[in-house]
Amino acid sequence: MTKAKAAPVPVVETEPAAGDHGVHLLREMLRIRRFEERCVELYSRTAIRGFLHLGIGEEACAVGVMEALLPDDAVVATYREHGHALARGLSMRATMAELEGKVEGCSRGRGGSMHLFDTATRFYGGNAIVAGGLPLAVGLALADHLLGRRRVTACFFGDGAVAEGEFHESMNLAALWHLPVLFCCENNLYAMGTALQFTESETDLSLKASSYRIPAWEVDGMDVLAVEETAREAAQAVREGGGPHFLELRTYRFRAHSMYDPDRYRDKDEIEKWKERDPIPALIARLTHDGALANGDLDRLEAEIAAEVDDAVAFAEAGTDEPIEDLERFVTSGPPTQAPTS
Amino acid sequence: MSKITYREAVRQAIREAMIRDDRVFVMGEDVGHYGGCYAVTLGLLEEFGSERIRDTPLSESGFVGAGIGAALGGMRPIVEIMTVNFSLLALDQIVNNAATLLYMSGGQLNVPMVIRMATGAGRQVAAQHSHSLEGWYAHIPGLRVLAPATIEDARGMLWPALCDPDPVLIFEHGALYNQEGDLADEVSPVDIDKAAIRRAGSDVTIVAYGGTLRTALAAAEQLAGDGVAAEVVDLRCLRPLDTPTFVSSVARTHRAVVVDEGWRSGSLSAEVSARITEEAFYDLDAPVARVCGAEVPMPYAKHLEDEAIPQVADVVAAVHALGA
Amino acid sequence: MPSLGADMEAGKVTQWLVKPGDQVHRGDIVAVVETEKSTIEVEIFENGTIDELVVAEGERVPVGAVLARLSARGPELVPGEAPPAPAPPLPPESVAHEGGRRPSTPVAPPSAPTHPLEAHHAAVVSPLVRHLAEQLGIDPGVLSGTGPGGTVTRADVERAVGAPREVEPLRAQTGRRGPSSPFARRLSSELGIDLAALRGTGPRGAVTEKDVRLAALAARPKETTPQEATNEDRQAAMRRAIGALMARSKREIPHYYLSTTIDLSAAASWLEQANLERPVADRLVMATLLFSATARAVKRVPEMNGFFIDGNFVPSGAVHLGVAVSQRTGGVIAPAIHDAERLELEELMTRLTDLVKRARVGRLRSSEMSDPTITVTNLGDLGVDEVFGVIYPPQVALVGFGRMKERPWAEGGVLGARPCVVVTLAADHRVSDGMRGGRFLTEIDHLLQEPGKL
Repeated sequence: MTKAKAAPVPVVETEPAAGDHGVHLLREMLRIRRFEERCVELYSRTAIRGFLHLGIGEEACAVGVMEALLPDDAVVATYREHGHALARGLSMRATMAELEGKVEGCSRGRGGSMHLFDTATRFYGGNAIVAGGLPLAVGLALADHLLGRRRVTACFFGDGAVAEGEFHESMNLAALWHLPVLFCCENNLYAMGTALQFTESETDLSLKASSYRIPAWEVDGMDVLAVEETAREAAQAVREGGGPHFLELRTYRFRAHSMYDPDRYRDKDEIEKWKERDPIPALIARLTHDGALANGDLDRLEAEIAAEVDDAVAFAEAGTDEPIEDLERFVTSGPPTQAPTS
Repeated sequence: MSKITYREAVRQAIREAMIRDDRVFVMGEDVGHYGGCYAVTLGLLEEFGSERIRDTPLSESGFVGAGIGAALGGMRPIVEIMTVNFSLLALDQIVNNAATLLYMSGGQLNVPMVIRMATGAGRQVAAQHSHSLEGWYAHIPGLRVLAPATIEDARGMLWPALCDPDPVLIFEHGALYNQEGDLADEVSPVDIDKAAIRRAGSDVTIVAYGGTLRTALAAAEQLAGDGVAAEVVDLRCLRPLDTPTFVSSVARTHRAVVVDEGWRSGSLSAEVSARITEEAFYDLDAPVARVCGAEVPMPYAKHLEDEAIPQVADVVAAVHALGA
Repeated sequence: MPSLGADMEAGKVTQWLVKPGDQVHRGDIVAVVETEKSTIEVEIFENGTIDELVVAEGERVPVGAVLARLSARGPELVPGEAPPAPAPPLPPESVAHEGGRRPSTPVAPPSAPTHPLEAHHAAVVSPLVRHLAEQLGIDPGVLSGTGPGGTVTRADVERAVGAPREVEPLRAQTGRRGPSSPFARRLSSELGIDLAALRGTGPRGAVTEKDVRLAALAARPKETTPQEATNEDRQAAMRRAIGALMARSKREIPHYYLSTTIDLSAAASWLEQANLERPVADRLVMATLLFSATARAVKRVPEMNGFFIDGNFVPSGAVHLGVAVSQRTGGVIAPAIHDAERLELEELMTRLTDLVKRARVGRLRSSEMSDPTITVTNLGDLGVDEVFGVIYPPQVALVGFGRMKERPWAEGGVLGARPCVVVTLAADHRVSDGMRGGRFLTEIDHLLQEPGKL
């Protein structure tokens, strides 16, 4: 596959020295936020089509957990995964090109927003069937177990997935076989537009995981430092042979389920209330208070990220459409054999 | 040359694969301590241990999905599902993941796994253990679907299937496990792209696969007594269909009867018939005929079950009705 | 109109929250839009001033339509100057895609469908089209097919109905046809068997391969000599086959007829001389000269030589002269002398004698049966004066010779008696006309006046 050679992104990577770690987390969250905000514009003018699930408000979950992973670890995510992809290290260019359906995209434009894949960073999607990714994560961990590799598979899913059979089958299998999976449940309180109390007899999700004898911890998903700290502890335990662990990341999405929805299912007040806990301003305030973010630093950061987003959009817009002749390529590994001749 | 059952042929194939490649392991319900619900894996737990012969909970979606994940992670899993009816609990993983990941990822993710399952009727196990749904899977781009109908294929298809970088489904007709036959000592790999002509003839082409191959061959034998030379094509690979083999056969014989235990409507037999019509229309001397399973949930009572699945007499009558 | 969801194609502006002159800022809600599913607030991504609301409240427009115009630097315009280029509420990089619609990728036109049919499958007609043709009283066999491989399509039949003079109603001649299999139809056209004359024995009374092959056997009994067939059977079958073929010829081919009387005195005296030096067994007969002249003449008038297939005349480079040979048991067959125009008279004579002998004992080769490009029939031996022949489809001409006899002949004002023969031409008006036909007969005449050159 021909990937366009990555021109230097106009971002000056500061050394993640100890004191700068917070700034690094801020940068990662801001990159996701600004990227997704630009996605809204692109969607409005139809450069991006299909479903577009934004994680605005939930950035701390992806960023915090990724900090706990090593390059050899695997990530399985959901259809609301732009943030996870970027935080895991997929380039913004390849991600944006994918959203615009270009061959330079991380899935050659075959997947779109919901199906971002990248073997280089062991990013296994991009799964748009709720809970469909959990058995995959169990299997990835099983392979590591059978091959004696000390790796962690982090599996993200939402609260809606907890109602699926595949959730329970996967919890059971992972616990039964003591597999190195870090289950990360991003509980944003709504399965699409239906609140948890309308879908679950037991709304304490950690309790469900505990019933499979899986250590289950609840974390404030709006606090990136808390997420990171907990995730590091859990990942460490998993890596050391402690079997699967379960994190319930309590979070909230500020925007609609997919692009726009009428928000009939939740009060505007509720949204505003959660916005007060926006992980980005919260971290900014903390860093400023700690003196880690000096005057002008934020503007500089924003400018760098705006440039990166601009660059990604320009890259995507300049991207090429996959030739029509390649339509059947990659249905199987061989040449297309199934096309009827008529 | 030795006498062997279909069941033993499958077991030998699995054993050989596990010896040849450490990445191969077997996973499924009752494959270990019980020895396999059709006793296919009997004795393998003792030989290879519980890491490589893995009993699973009754979680078809979970362990099929785990098989996909393990394949992504570098293993070569053989996942056994007891029957095709139970595979419906894993449809999400097979159709939405195994069949799509390579494409959705733009060619990055191969899923090199084999899923084996029993299919078909004839053992009076009624409507939740008897259906022939392999045609559904043959509908899905991204999958390879095989139906070994002979001892040789049961023995020789597994290794090439494991070598395929894409997911392969193998359907073993439940009535075949006890079938006995000769197997050459030297096992040769089976071409899993090609249909096989099991009997040559010039008057009519009978297309069959899996459990109906025996029916078709018996019908051909009977037809020979009536002076009709029937050619019998074993589809063997249900996806991708080896269209040239059966179309060129029909172009020679000018008549076709498709035998399929599956239901007629929207079926594999419909696909075969359509392709014949598309590609050999002007060679046809009669409409394509089909002998299919009756469109009922499989009944338990023997006389009803017999009536519901293609019998030799049905095939013979269909051939004669074409004027052959 | 922004795209607000995957399935949104259009939206209705239910309310404007801004008016011209208003300053707007990125993120402001400027309008409320109603879609099929819900009511949604539209936000703006630019800072600037609203110049114009293009879409009125209550109006429904497709995704991508301009809702309002916005200028980035405020509304100040020099009076009299043209307004600035309309700027939709889009970010700067979208200007290239005015209206929000991206140019669609041109999709390559589907390549012409491949088809198992080849051109030589004459008059292949699908069941549907055949059925339609029957209902409309059209004979699809006379239509020129425009479908894949020259198949007659439904449109061809419908066109033919619109132009009724070009086709003759079928039903009046043959009545309603029964079903026949695709292969039987293909085979019948290849073998020149008329399906309409066959009774089907296949499923649902369809004519099948077997019926066609039986008919072909009957038409050419000497070719394969089925042992089981009795003489009567064969005669009847042959008569039926000839009937079918000739009926097809008369139905499909618009024949025209010409005749001319040829003075054979030059030919007769040359023949007499030539035979003087030959042993009796090797003597030439007049028919040899007539056939040789015909074969050579046809080379100069190629419209007489070839096949009419799928609505088109396919001329033949070679001249395979079909010679009608009557059978002792009744009936007639017309095997070919291959490349007759290139043969010396002696060779032609040998071939002719051999052919007639073999034809009468049933030892013909199949190629001799299948590929005459023009047929001659010589009924002179039987005392016939003139022959008005029926063309063998898919050939396009048939030449007939009557008996040679002395006739009164006036030349230069002097009346004498000359040996003469009347040559007739039956030719296909779809391929040639009387002028070319006349030329052809004249050529034969000329050739026979210089027999030494034959």
